[in-house]
Amino acid sequence: MLEIKCPYCGKRSQNEFAYGGDATVKRPNLGEEVSTKDWDDFVYYRDNPRGKHTEYWHHVSGCRQWFKASRDTATHEIFNTSSLEEEI
Amino acid sequence: MSRAFRTISENNTLDKSKVINFTFNGDSFQGYEGDTLASALIANGVHLVGRSFKYHRPRGFLGVGVEEPNAMVQLHEGDKSEPNIMATEVEITEGLKAKSQNCWPSVKFDIGEVNNILKRFFPAGFYYKTFMWPKSFWMKVYEPIIRKAAGMGVAPIKPDPDRYEHNYEHCDVLVVGSGPSGLASALAAANNGARVILAEDKAHFGGSLLTDNVTIGNKSGKEWADETISYLKSLPNVIVKNRSQVFGYYDHNMTVMFERVSDHIHNPDQYMPRQRLHYIRAAEVIISTGSIERPLSFGNNDRPGIFLASAANEYMKVYGTLVGKKPIIFTNNDSAYKAAIEFHKNNIKSLIIDTRPSSDGELVKEAQSLGLVIKFNSGIADVKGRLKVTSAIVGKFNSDKESYASLEEFECDCICMSGGWTPTVHLSSQAGNKLKFDESLDAFVPNNKRQKETAVGAANGSFTLNQSLAEGFQVGFDLSNSITSNNKNTTVPTSNEASFQPHDKFWCMPLPKGKNPSRFIDFQNDVAVSDIELAFREGFRSIEHVKRYTTLGMAGDQGKTSNLNGLQHVSNIQKKIVPEVGHTTFRPPYTPVTIGTIVGREVGNHFQPSRKTPTHEWHVTNNVVFTNAGLWLRPRYYPRGSETMSDAVNREALNVRKNVGICDVTSLGKIDIKGPDAAELLNRVYTNAWMKLPVGKARYGVMLREDGMVFDDGTTTRLSENHFHMTTTTAQAANVLSHLEFYLQVVWPELKVNVLSTTEQWSGAAIAGPKSRDLMQKLFPKVDFSTENFPFMGLVETEFEGIHAKLYRISFSGELAYEVNVESNHGLFMWNEIMKAGEEFGIQPYGTEALATLRIEMGHVSGPELDGRAVPYDLGLQGMVSQKKDFIGKRSLEKDAFVNPLRQTLVGLVPVDKKTKIPEGAHLVENDKVSLPNPKLGHVSSSCWSVEYNNPFSIGVLKDGKNKIGQQLFAVYPLKDISIPVEVVSSHYVDPKGERVRV
Ligand SMILES: [Zn+2]
Repeated sequence: MLEIKCPYCGKRSQNEFAYGGDATVKRPNLGEEVSTKDWDDFVYYRDNPRGKHTEYWHHVSGCRQWFKASRDTATHEIFNTSSLEEEI
Repeated sequence: MSRAFRTISENNTLDKSKVINFTFNGDSFQGYEGDTLASALIANGVHLVGRSFKYHRPRGFLGVGVEEPNAMVQLHEGDKSEPNIMATEVEITEGLKAKSQNCWPSVKFDIGEVNNILKRFFPAGFYYKTFMWPKSFWMKVYEPIIRKAAGMGVAPIKPDPDRYEHNYEHCDVLVVGSGPSGLASALAAANNGARVILAEDKAHFGGSLLTDNVTIGNKSGKEWADETISYLKSLPNVIVKNRSQVFGYYDHNMTVMFERVSDHIHNPDQYMPRQRLHYIRAAEVIISTGSIERPLSFGNNDRPGIFLASAANEYMKVYGTLVGKKPIIFTNNDSAYKAAIEFHKNNIKSLIIDTRPSSDGELVKEAQSLGLVIKFNSGIADVKGRLKVTSAIVGKFNSDKESYASLEEFECDCICMSGGWTPTVHLSSQAGNKLKFDESLDAFVPNNKRQKETAVGAANGSFTLNQSLAEGFQVGFDLSNSITSNNKNTTVPTSNEASFQPHDKFWCMPLPKGKNPSRFIDFQNDVAVSDIELAFREGFRSIEHVKRYTTLGMAGDQGKTSNLNGLQHVSNIQKKIVPEVGHTTFRPPYTPVTIGTIVGREVGNHFQPSRKTPTHEWHVTNNVVFTNAGLWLRPRYYPRGSETMSDAVNREALNVRKNVGICDVTSLGKIDIKGPDAAELLNRVYTNAWMKLPVGKARYGVMLREDGMVFDDGTTTRLSENHFHMTTTTAQAANVLSHLEFYLQVVWPELKVNVLSTTEQWSGAAIAGPKSRDLMQKLFPKVDFSTENFPFMGLVETEFEGIHAKLYRISFSGELAYEVNVESNHGLFMWNEIMKAGEEFGIQPYGTEALATLRIEMGHVSGPELDGRAVPYDLGLQGMVSQKKDFIGKRSLEKDAFVNPLRQTLVGLVPVDKKTKIPEGAHLVENDKVSLPNPKLGHVSSSCWSVEYNNPFSIGVLKDGKNKIGQQLFAVYPLKDISIPVEVVSSHYVDPKGERVRV
């Protein structure tokens, strides 16, 4: 079980959190023309890297804030976590 | 009682004033407090304990602790019965009942032993080979035989009556194992201010200090261990646990340990847990798990009476028990001489067989000075004695050590063997440590760590006491220093032990000429040297393949005594060095853990939390049958008298259609949405328009996922300009809240909106049926319930006897209906008042089943239709999709597949005979007689008995459904060989124009 540092609450056990996927994906703006490829890339296609991955987590059984984490997908090492506004 | 197999020395851990009675296979025996089941049986001269897994060979004890592969027993009876318990790990208690397993009809005469005679038919890969035989042969002949023969213990069939607990701990330093290096680490870390947990698997602390004749400072090893433990226990920053096995090492330094809290106590207090599971998150873990002795391979080396030499020594020194009185010590190293010396203290002379040409070790010299006979350059080729060893065939090696120059038979009643030592690296490996092979030890040791763990002592390959202590003190200090920044050093005491000579890298004895007895490597899974050779001949090279093909190391003991020997044998055959062969991966649990301990208190009603509505007790008093809706307990139906479920459901549903019913809707998700951009948020998450919804009005909304699939639906009401009350389905309540939070925090942080779950703050009652308006008028006389003033989808805030109440005119049943919401603490009061007032209108409560009937008849979609595979068009919700604005998932709706007119869309289905209920999940096909695969046109999602028309009715999705109305198809359910002719009708079966809700 991972130990994750919520930027607002501090270190907590993984079972307080929900995983939220790749944090480098940006949703196209509302009302914007989006090509089918760009839309499919946004909805369906994700990289599956071995190693460093920037991702969203939700402190769901805690402060209910979404935040970013930089995690190694192979070793589960978490290098850093940050609020959404901060650069990670 | 029989003292026949007890030592002279009383300096052990037994309390001889406390005699304990127990039974084994129905026979009564006595032991002492402090005995394990193994030591007590051995003391009584019992060596035949069970039968082996594959060949049902007679087996006794090999070890003294967690390494034991053979002596598995079934403990207790009835609901407390527990299979596959190592007799070496059980402390006896008064009245304990144990029996052998894997043998029938008795341990001495076992029918399965025919497998042993037929063993050339049960070689390596036997199970896999049977798969290639004809199916009928496998099903009828082999599968039943294997099942009967291969079972180990018997699982109890009743619920476990014992209590188990979970505990979470955090510490600076966790020390696993209380041998010399563990004690030293704990002591140094604790003195330097770290919060320490010291865990010992056994009942007694000290590890090798309990069995080795060593001194530390001016004390014996055992005295030093006792003193150190007392001191550590006195410190406030130290937790000391015995009978506690750290069995798993997970990510981020999370370790898991089970503690045997009351297994060793006769009649423990009622609420004392049997075992406790500790989740320990440690900043640093010190692995001082010691080492396990390796067996030697020789003919029939699995016979009862053949022990590891260290086990024999520990039985004598710790448990005051003699494993025999005419021992042969058989070794390739010095350590086994300890057993010979200890036997000598009990006036028992051992014969020593040493594979080495000679040794100058101090223990060897001591044995020689005691006058013991040592046969160097010799090995045991074979043994005699089936139920217990009676003699050994000993041979002098020829110079190549591949055969014997001569053979000689020596009588014995036990053989104590030692093939060297294997560092216990399981936890290091579980932690991700890349092990390296140490040539001089012939074993793997920890090398490159991935987590914050450090192995010390024998677990790190440091086999001398001096090294172990030095390492322990150093690591304990360094790690605590890095955490506490304190600099309090603990002086390393001087120590003394016998010096020893290198071991012989030779452990697999040649066979006696012309004979072919099995030389076992893995005792628990019956894997012999010949099986590994066979695997090689059949082309298996990778150690992972050899392991799976032969099942080497795959038994419950995870190869604690067999892994290294097996690996070395593979490397010998392949003429490769061991590191090239590599090793298999160690995985948790290190030792078997009983399921009850893993489950803890999460059993029965505590399996998951139960969410109860404020009117829960009322439902109970009114004969409710509950259903689980997520964590919620929701009323399913309320049977009266001898009613069946369908009687009750039909009555409840009909009463809503004719009179008025009341339904507890508290569990529906409720989200309070506030802020200047609240309407804008709704406009983005729902498919329809929200900006112009007037205050005091509700609107039905559908939300999609980004991939265009319907995610959830519900009504949302505008309470004031910037304040909305959203409802969600019970099932998706939590997910919708997370969804809103994601978009508000991550995607559109510029929106000024706050969302908050208020599901539990409101108690909701739906009042539905043609008489609902009359009932509402009676309850709230000040409110004008005329459609002009309180239209469909309207909201009125009022009060009832001083209680604030929100009245919504919304309907899921399709009838004229209202929802009364009051604060939760008034929920029961309000409900009772509604029931009282409703009596004259024939009010009845209705549950989720009647609710389902009502909504299915009306063609309202719910969970079974919102299955994550439907776009709005499929469910007839395309009218809800705004063309004027963008929203979550809109772009996906343009995809070709989603605008295909042949998509499966919502339809109603009525059986042609108007009698046969259509099972949910049935497939819709054009012809039920064609050969498979029969093209599937759709499926049935929800079924009910239509109380309006008094015949079965279902809804489902059907390819090109709109154009199939009026056609006849078949609903097929091949699992039960069901085929029902059905007519396709509109999904709006009752009140298709939706007039009733607007009257
Ligand atoms: Zn938090």
